Amino acid sequence: MAYKNFILVCGGTGCESSRSDEIYRNLLAEAEAQGVKSDVQIVKTGCFGFCEKGPIVKVLPSESFYVEVKPEDAKEIIAEQVVKGREVKRLLYRKEQKTQDSAKVEDIEFYQKQFRIVLRNCGVINPENIEEYIARDGYRALERVLFEMTPEQVIAEIKASGLRGRGGAGFPTGIKWETARKAVSDVKYIVCNADEGDPGAYMDRSTIEGDPHSVLEAMIIAGKAIGANMGYVYIRAEYPLAIERLKTAIAQAKEMGLMGKNILNSGFDFDVEIRLGAGAFVCGEETALLKSIEGNRGMPVPKPPFPAEKGLWGKPTVINNVETLANVPVILTKGAAWFASMGTEKSKGTKVFALTGKINNSGLIEVPMGTTLREIIFDIGGGIKGGKKFKGVQTGGPSGGIIVEKDLDTPISYESLVALGSMMGSGGMIVMDEDDCVVDVSKFYMAFCVDESCGKCSPCRIGTKQMYNLLDKISKGNGEMKDLENLEKIGKAMTKASLCMLGGSAANPTLSTIRHFRDEYIEHIVDHKCRAGKCKDLVVYSIDAEKCIGCGLCARKCPVPCITGEKKKPHVIDASRCIKCGECFKACKFGAVVKS
Amino acid sequence: MAKMTLEELRALRDSKRQDLARRDVEGKEIQIIVGMGTCGIAAGAKLTFDAIVEAVQRHGLEDKVVIRQTGCMGLCYVEPTVEVVMPGMPTVIYGKMTQDIADKFVRKHLVEHSLLDNHIFDRPAADIIKK
Amino acid sequence: MINCKVNGIPVQVAEGATILEASKKANVKIPTLCYNPDLAPWAACGICVAKIEGSNKMLRACCTPVAEGMNIITHDPDIVETRKTVIEMILSTHPDDCLACPRNQNCELQTLAQEFGIREQAFPKMLHDLPIDDTTGSIVLNPEKCVRCGRCVTVCQQMQNVWAIEFLGRGETIRIAPAADAKLGESPCIKCGQCSAHCPVGAIYENDQTKIVWDALRKTGEDAKTCVVQIAPAVRVALGEAFGLQPGTDLTGKIYTALKRLGFDVVFDTSFSADLTIMEEGTEFVKRLTSALQNGLGAATREKSMPLITSCCPAWVDYLEKYFPDMIPNFSTAKSPQQMMGAMIKTYWAEKANVRPDKIFSVSVMPCTAKKFETHRDETMYSSGYQDVDVSITTRELARMIKQAGIDLLNLPESEPDSPLGPYTGAGVIFGATGGVMEAALRTAYYLVTGNELKDVNFTAVRGISGIKEASVHVNGVELRVAIAHQMGNIEQVLNEVRKARDEGRDTPWHFIEVMACRGGCIGGGGQPYGATDEVRKLRIRGIYDHDEGKEYRCSHQNPYIKKVYNEFLEKPGSHKAHELLHTHYTERPLFLK
Repeated sequence: MAYKNFILVCGGTGCESSRSDEIYRNLLAEAEAQGVKSDVQIVKTGCFGFCEKGPIVKVLPSESFYVEVKPEDAKEIIAEQVVKGREVKRLLYRKEQKTQDSAKVEDIEFYQKQFRIVLRNCGVINPENIEEYIARDGYRALERVLFEMTPEQVIAEIKASGLRGRGGAGFPTGIKWETARKAVSDVKYIVCNADEGDPGAYMDRSTIEGDPHSVLEAMIIAGKAIGANMGYVYIRAEYPLAIERLKTAIAQAKEMGLMGKNILNSGFDFDVEIRLGAGAFVCGEETALLKSIEGNRGMPVPKPPFPAEKGLWGKPTVINNVETLANVPVILTKGAAWFASMGTEKSKGTKVFALTGKINNSGLIEVPMGTTLREIIFDIGGGIKGGKKFKGVQTGGPSGGIIVEKDLDTPISYESLVALGSMMGSGGMIVMDEDDCVVDVSKFYMAFCVDESCGKCSPCRIGTKQMYNLLDKISKGNGEMKDLENLEKIGKAMTKASLCMLGGSAANPTLSTIRHFRDEYIEHIVDHKCRAGKCKDLVVYSIDAEKCIGCGLCARKCPVPCITGEKKKPHVIDASRCIKCGECFKACKFGAVVKS
Repeated sequence: MAKMTLEELRALRDSKRQDLARRDVEGKEIQIIVGMGTCGIAAGAKLTFDAIVEAVQRHGLEDKVVIRQTGCMGLCYVEPTVEVVMPGMPTVIYGKMTQDIADKFVRKHLVEHSLLDNHIFDRPAADIIKK
Repeated sequence: MINCKVNGIPVQVAEGATILEASKKANVKIPTLCYNPDLAPWAACGICVAKIEGSNKMLRACCTPVAEGMNIITHDPDIVETRKTVIEMILSTHPDDCLACPRNQNCELQTLAQEFGIREQAFPKMLHDLPIDDTTGSIVLNPEKCVRCGRCVTVCQQMQNVWAIEFLGRGETIRIAPAADAKLGESPCIKCGQCSAHCPVGAIYENDQTKIVWDALRKTGEDAKTCVVQIAPAVRVALGEAFGLQPGTDLTGKIYTALKRLGFDVVFDTSFSADLTIMEEGTEFVKRLTSALQNGLGAATREKSMPLITSCCPAWVDYLEKYFPDMIPNFSTAKSPQQMMGAMIKTYWAEKANVRPDKIFSVSVMPCTAKKFETHRDETMYSSGYQDVDVSITTRELARMIKQAGIDLLNLPESEPDSPLGPYTGAGVIFGATGGVMEAALRTAYYLVTGNELKDVNFTAVRGISGIKEASVHVNGVELRVAIAHQMGNIEQVLNEVRKARDEGRDTPWHFIEVMACRGGCIGGGGQPYGATDEVRKLRIRGIYDHDEGKEYRCSHQNPYIKKVYNEFLEKPGSHKAHELLHTHYTERPLFLK
């Protein structure tokens, strides 16, 4: 009996945390109970990307796209969709402001401008089943590499595709491979950098969770191309699901002879081992990552020598991040020309972003290079939450800068983002609205860098802390104009003199916000005012006596408490004791609590 | 599963491809929609569905065809009903599409691009197409 | 060779040379802080930045190799401003108590601040309130002064292979300490003090014990003791550096005078007890060798009587007890010259001079911080019934005492050491350099075995700065193979070969091994004046061998005073009395006490 329906349940970390596993199990049980087990195949897949509305359940071939599904919905989905062939309308995704149904994936604007190469199998296959990966042309590229191409041809193909490192700096992958191939050594290594650490970014996690074999296949290919027989995946220990899927995938690949000794009788050996990182951001920096694998402190070392010449244990080592690798099998099956047809002159293919912040549709997206930020934020992302005003978008996480309204039409590429004072980074994209304060945001990112600086080199170690202290001072209303100068002075020196890109880019959020929003910094310093109301110390809560009806709700909510007043008479906030938690402001139904 | 040879890998891929291809909707231009209301199922629509799936695979069309089920199309008197949407051909609803003629239907309509005159009952109503 | 330009000045450098080296060749000085020529670049401080023409990117000059045709820019306003800001940042984490700092006027950070004309605190202070670690008694770690340059860690781990200290914490809280925040005294630290010799600032320094010495010298009346001092061979060729002289300048005679002027009653020379060490250790060696020749070298290797390994270096003794306890039987039981002298002063000399040993205050001046620890290493350091050496100060401490006393060292008249524990041979003085103990031992061993004097006492094969040296000497038809290793990190390789031969039942590759913990030997000791590089070490070594050449006697057994002490007191080398006073033993020790 052929399956009539396929139910794909998202098994990404985001949806799993909203009980998608329970949904999956309930669906299986219901299919059994309702006697349609042989009519429907229920599959747990990787991330669909539309995490804003998770858990996601997609039914094929009707393409019913169910959002915010609960475990108890399983019964209805089986009963309606499988048994009766009708969609469960109430679970279908609807556009927020519009009334008409919008059920099909192709109709959801979130997916319309996306193009999935890296995430091609995410949300389609069961990542724990190697056969499903194989069925979708999986390990086809490996076949070509082992039996139809020379290593030089493989490298030439990757070079021709224009693929560049997706981890941040955008170094051409083919050149990296070529350097490592030319390096003379008996032992070489392939390392997959899965030490994703930007706040709010989870591209690599989702790729591994949804399609671990694409990364493994690429590592084996890279091994063949440069002459390495051993690979390591360096992944954060905080990614248990990804690690589990990776382990399963490695075991399956080994069992089938796609990894290990004499792969497919080609005579080529390649093994992959997992190395867990303890979550230090700096270990995403390749030299620090290698030190960590070697069992040393994760501290960057000077380059040159580059890892491709002298890397892990002094041997030539290619380090590619997850997303870069996931592109490789597709390039080798569909051809470099196909890949290079997408994107801008110097940035080819697609890029995965983790879109978050004050945006309607947050989630994981993949767009062709050259897509504009405006398309990403307003078309795919559905614009700003609650109709607020767009303020800026932070790309590249703590290493990037803020990009403002006037630059939103810039087509995305490695170069264009740098020109805007930001960077591609690994793909974090955080949207800010008028309620976000640039001082507060800069302080947040600088706090992250202070925590994550390895402490080796003085510009970064001291610079991040000094800048944090200055930002903290300004956010508390104690800033002086000299502090603004010092922020720029330290930021500049830190950018130039740091050993690795953590320090080299740590000042970007601050420097770019000073560039675009200098007036807001000055407002904090001179007027002791935070227009977004984010800097607690600069906010004053008071009660408008005209509007206050004396209901006393604010006083009851106040945790201090510092609000007093008789019943049915205007209340008063004792500003000297107020901790500025904002509970009264949120509680008041009459708009009587004023924030200024 | 034991260690594979190249040939075994290719064979495995081919056999699994058809299964997986059915999950793919994108880029498939031909849609076959089987009416599976109570009346349709009673008339053997489930068997028809399976037969069409098999026929599509036999003709190597799984990368081009989406086969899905729908509710009752309203033509209960000629169940099982099957709607076909494909470029270069008029959209038609075939009736009395029992499992034994599924293969002929696929061959004639999808491969040879000729209609099965005896089975044409309607063009779908506008609200069914929904575009 | 590679051709490049530094600020337009063409220079030619060897393949692999760094921007820093190329600049030096062009007579351009790029400021550095974490860089030290002894160590692989760690690239931490961010001060040595430079640019390549056509790129705005700044590179670390200390570790960026020069490429053909490179146009290096070292001093444009952008670079200078960046360096200055980085220095200002470092200063913002550094206490401002320069006047009370052991490195005042001899501090690399202070010099940078001065050269960059820093006149105000650019950024708010961010100090670390971390406790001082003085648990070793030899060196003091003050993390508050630390600039996190990492030199000490590289020294301890790479150069010395001791692994006592490492980086703990991250980011702003990073600090240098033994693993798990153990104290240095509980760590594998061998007190070699190379960390203190390489620290650019006052974060690691010798435990200053000059006050104890001053107190003893100044005591009067009942409490007053007879103050006796000994100076080590390596001190004489390095002390001058603290007074602006060239490294290697021999100040022996002036130092004796200065010590007298400081108030020491008696001045002896450790070179004398080095001669004594040779008599004891040489005899021990000949005894072991004779037995090995009778029973076979293989058997001697298995029984760990061969090779004999020298034990004059207290840091090395500590290292062996912690890292190579299985080789303890190979270790010479002879005490170090410092401790032999200490024992002799409070027994033989006390008797002769008719001074009660408890009324003697015995001071040693050493190039070494580990010597401070050696004075109370175990119970055999109290062989006179009292602590044989009461306090050991380093060359750096002596320099300060001389300055404090207002002694114009450079213009002092020269004088001679006191007898009988003063006069020494050339063999005694070369103890201060790597290979020196071996050479001195060979000079006497030859005599002890053959009964003849050498025609040429110079064994040049054992000299020089290379980390591991090998030589073979023919004595009475027997080929003696010797090895010399200095700088602790070079030892493991040598000893592992011995271990391997032993465990595989083969003959040891060498009969005699000399080990010194510091690069260049004692002349490169952790207590010597700052700024030792190989250039400096070579000059100091030159000073030592020049001194040797100038001596009338160049073999220990020829020293008339050595003969005298054996005749009058010790009987003969290896006698029961000699063993009681001049020999020690060793115990396996844990790496961490906690």
